[in-house]
Amino acid sequence: MKQLIVFIKKEFLHVFRDRKTLLMLFGLPIAQIVLFGFALSNEIKNSKIVVVDYSKDPVSTQLTAEIAASKYFNVARSLSNARGLEAAFKKGDIKMAVIFPEHFSDDLIHTGKATLQVIADASDPNQATTVTNYLTQIVTSFNARLAQAAGQPLQIGSQTRMLYNPELRGAPNFVPGVMALVLMLVCTMMTSVSIVREKELGTMEILLVSPFKTVYIIIAKLMPNLLISIFNLFVILILSDVFLDLPVKGSLLLLLVDSILFIMTSLSIGLLLSINAKTQQAAMMGSLMGMMLPTMLLTGFLFPIENMPLPLQWLANAVPSRWYFIIVKRVMLKGMGLGSVWKESSILAGMAILLFTISLRRFKIRLQ
Amino acid sequence: METVIHTENLTKRFGSFVACNDLTFDVHQGEIFGFLGANGAGKTTAMRMLCGLLTPTSGQANVAGFDVYSQTNKIKKRIGYMSQKFSLYDNLTVSENIRFYAGIYGMRTPQIRTKTKTLLEELSLTGEAKTLVQELPLGWKQKLAFSVSVVHDPDIVFLDEPTGGVDPVTRRQFWDLIYFAADKGVTVFVTTHYMDEAEYCNRVSIMVDGVIAALDTPEGLKKTYASNDMEEVFYRLARNATRKAD
Amino acid sequence: MRTLLFLLEKEFRQMMRNRGLLSILVIAPMIQLILLPLAADYTVKDIGMAVVDYDHSPFSRKLVDKITASGYFRLVGYEPSYKEALNLVEQDKADLALQIPAHFERDLVVDNNKDLYVAINAIEGTKANLGGAYLASIVSDFNSDIRLQWLGPAPDATPQIEVASSNWYNPLLNFHLFMVPAILVTLVTAIASMQSAFNIVQEKESGTIEQINVTPIPKTLFILGKLIPFLVLSVLVFTLGLLAGWAFYGIVPVGSLWVLYGSLVVYLFSMLGMGLLISTYSGTQMQAMSLAFFFINIFNLMSGVFTAVDSMPKWAQYIVETFPTSHFIKIMRMVVLKGSNWGDIGYHLAAMAVIGVFLNGWAVLNYRKTV
Repeated sequence: MKQLIVFIKKEFLHVFRDRKTLLMLFGLPIAQIVLFGFALSNEIKNSKIVVVDYSKDPVSTQLTAEIAASKYFNVARSLSNARGLEAAFKKGDIKMAVIFPEHFSDDLIHTGKATLQVIADASDPNQATTVTNYLTQIVTSFNARLAQAAGQPLQIGSQTRMLYNPELRGAPNFVPGVMALVLMLVCTMMTSVSIVREKELGTMEILLVSPFKTVYIIIAKLMPNLLISIFNLFVILILSDVFLDLPVKGSLLLLLVDSILFIMTSLSIGLLLSINAKTQQAAMMGSLMGMMLPTMLLTGFLFPIENMPLPLQWLANAVPSRWYFIIVKRVMLKGMGLGSVWKESSILAGMAILLFTISLRRFKIRLQ
Repeated sequence: METVIHTENLTKRFGSFVACNDLTFDVHQGEIFGFLGANGAGKTTAMRMLCGLLTPTSGQANVAGFDVYSQTNKIKKRIGYMSQKFSLYDNLTVSENIRFYAGIYGMRTPQIRTKTKTLLEELSLTGEAKTLVQELPLGWKQKLAFSVSVVHDPDIVFLDEPTGGVDPVTRRQFWDLIYFAADKGVTVFVTTHYMDEAEYCNRVSIMVDGVIAALDTPEGLKKTYASNDMEEVFYRLARNATRKAD
Repeated sequence: MRTLLFLLEKEFRQMMRNRGLLSILVIAPMIQLILLPLAADYTVKDIGMAVVDYDHSPFSRKLVDKITASGYFRLVGYEPSYKEALNLVEQDKADLALQIPAHFERDLVVDNNKDLYVAINAIEGTKANLGGAYLASIVSDFNSDIRLQWLGPAPDATPQIEVASSNWYNPLLNFHLFMVPAILVTLVTAIASMQSAFNIVQEKESGTIEQINVTPIPKTLFILGKLIPFLVLSVLVFTLGLLAGWAFYGIVPVGSLWVLYGSLVVYLFSMLGMGLLISTYSGTQMQAMSLAFFFINIFNLMSGVFTAVDSMPKWAQYIVETFPTSHFIKIMRMVVLKGSNWGDIGYHLAAMAVIGVFLNGWAVLNYRKTV
């Protein structure tokens, strides 16, 4: 035990003497998460659109005003005719065009129906569907007001409550997601590169020739990264509370324990990657290229996992960050306890133990 | 005899720390000049200034007739260099390394081909032309690194602790190469820890704490300091040194 | 010029010998590019709904049937109380809870209006928004049906505006057309900047750079000799990516390949410059890696690949304007999907060029001073 502590102390000295790397290890993950918490959301807002009004009557003007007032739209310009549309779309300026045909309100009053033409730039299908839906929503409520003004009977209304995130901010979804992403990637990269670095310098051999157990050496190597990541985690939680209004509603201890398990899985993956890498560069690129996309896409904060084809859902189940994301959302944002996350926590714990054991064994084998 | 290196009061300061203090010496064409000193004495700094890698703080120096302040590019064309890590590219073959360095010094392809052939014969490495450098034993790597450093027939070649870590036989063979080059008129400026190698040089200078404490032929030094060998000379001069590491 | 050729020959030879690295740089990304876009799907569907029906009438059942018949919603179950329905939402077993109050039908006839109660898990904002919108639209339809049924066609029916929508450039709303090119860009970004940052620092760390410094190779030429192989490698990976996109997703760029590749080169120019800049500020490979990863991650997440830049707060949008990646993503999508031409992408191309000149200039100046 005492040997282990000596080792750990030495590893800490290494890390803390390298000021530049230290700054980056602490500063960068934190900076990223705060930035993303403020800037990212899945919402579609301020989409630039164009209105072409051939009719220019009270109804079309009123409806145009309502569209412009909506936070979803940013009426870039009102064209007098639709000829410039194709060019405008190609230039990438606008996402949608709303066209009022001639005699709009006349048709509405005399035939009881008028058709509004909407053209969406579907190169981004998601945005196209969403902005079309938002526009339809505005028209629907406009219609409903027309109906109410005409004294329509039998109105079914709905009172809607948005839970956990009434302002529909992006932070509640992205902060946990990016936390999982950044912790996973940084821990994996740091661990794999630093171990390969020792291999390159030759100092690893010295350690391995010593009478100390390999497992102690590995634990000592992983310690500084573990503790730095835990520190980062605390800073992120504090910043989320102070700047992003996302306090930890549930048990901090539970969150901490699960975070440690999660970090252990990343560190073990880093260890595994370091075994076959001959150079720091190979370790680095292996970690980055191997983990970046899968973690981004399969954690569940960008795309819902339930939507994915079944094989990819299974693949996602093998990605530790997918489970950690659920745990953070439930414990931090909803304030739930162990009872609701025991399944995910056990999976995470199982992964941590499994990955650590496998990587330890392979590490030992490699040396022989 | 022609002077290929001339320094006058050459000084290098890093902040308040004076690495090289008022160095004044000459190196003659074709001689093997040993540049000795303990760790931290300032040898590497001095050599880097002469190679055009570091700008001096004050003083003057000429290498191969060019000024170290303003004509470093011209200096670089006329010198060769072998660093402590004798930077050959591990994942290139022997001939690929020769081709690269010869090429960037401006040699033409037919020239390179003949030079490679000659070089490999001189080193008895003809069979290893297509071997990756990382697979060569240390001694061969060193010899190859030296040959590569003189592939473009420079006026002067700077060797920074070239014989670290090899057995005495290989070291002797290495020095044979140095003699061979010197015979052809190349001036050799070599730093080393091995005191027996100091005996092989025409003249030797010993740096202690940033200054040149002694400069003479090995014979002359042994007489001046009443010693039997260079090791004793060195010991007498360096034991009172205050600086411990580079 | 000859010197440059020798430099390039050496770099390419070394690159080719490094089999392990090459497979990481080429094969791993390709596999991911082929498999992972299948995961990218934003469509809001399969929304889990927990119903609390205090009315227990055929009327309320008809409403629930109509909602589930739309295909957007999935009935998780009927709960005896609102509290229990909320519980399901809390445990992520349902996405929303719908409460139909007691005597719904009766009160609607008597008071002429009556409200339903809906609670939606809004952690994922857009899903909540769209889910709510779909629900409102279905309820509104139900409303009209009821009116028609009970009151008959009204003589003076209220005028209603209809929306006729059409989708240009991607009428089938194929999301892969949108995501695959963008994901390819994230991969190429990571490769180009990481490699250029790493490689030069590696030479610094191992000391081989000193050997180069003693030779008469001008520093700018050395830099060029380092960057060109990575440019070639990145273009190669990009090309493989386009081929994979064509083979597996049927993506054929509508616009000109000249425009695409021309923009790619300008983009890589700026990314390689960034890597170079990072290498001048790093003493060890670990430092280079941390710094490069920081920028790569920010570029990849904020440049509009997965989330819309328009939705960001103004200050964030200004920052994103300085990212070469955000411009190239736009160009990629515009050229591949809409066939935009040089003139259309001019602004973005110029932006990337300016940023590239700035980064490379700074990098070269710094390199001269420090290496």
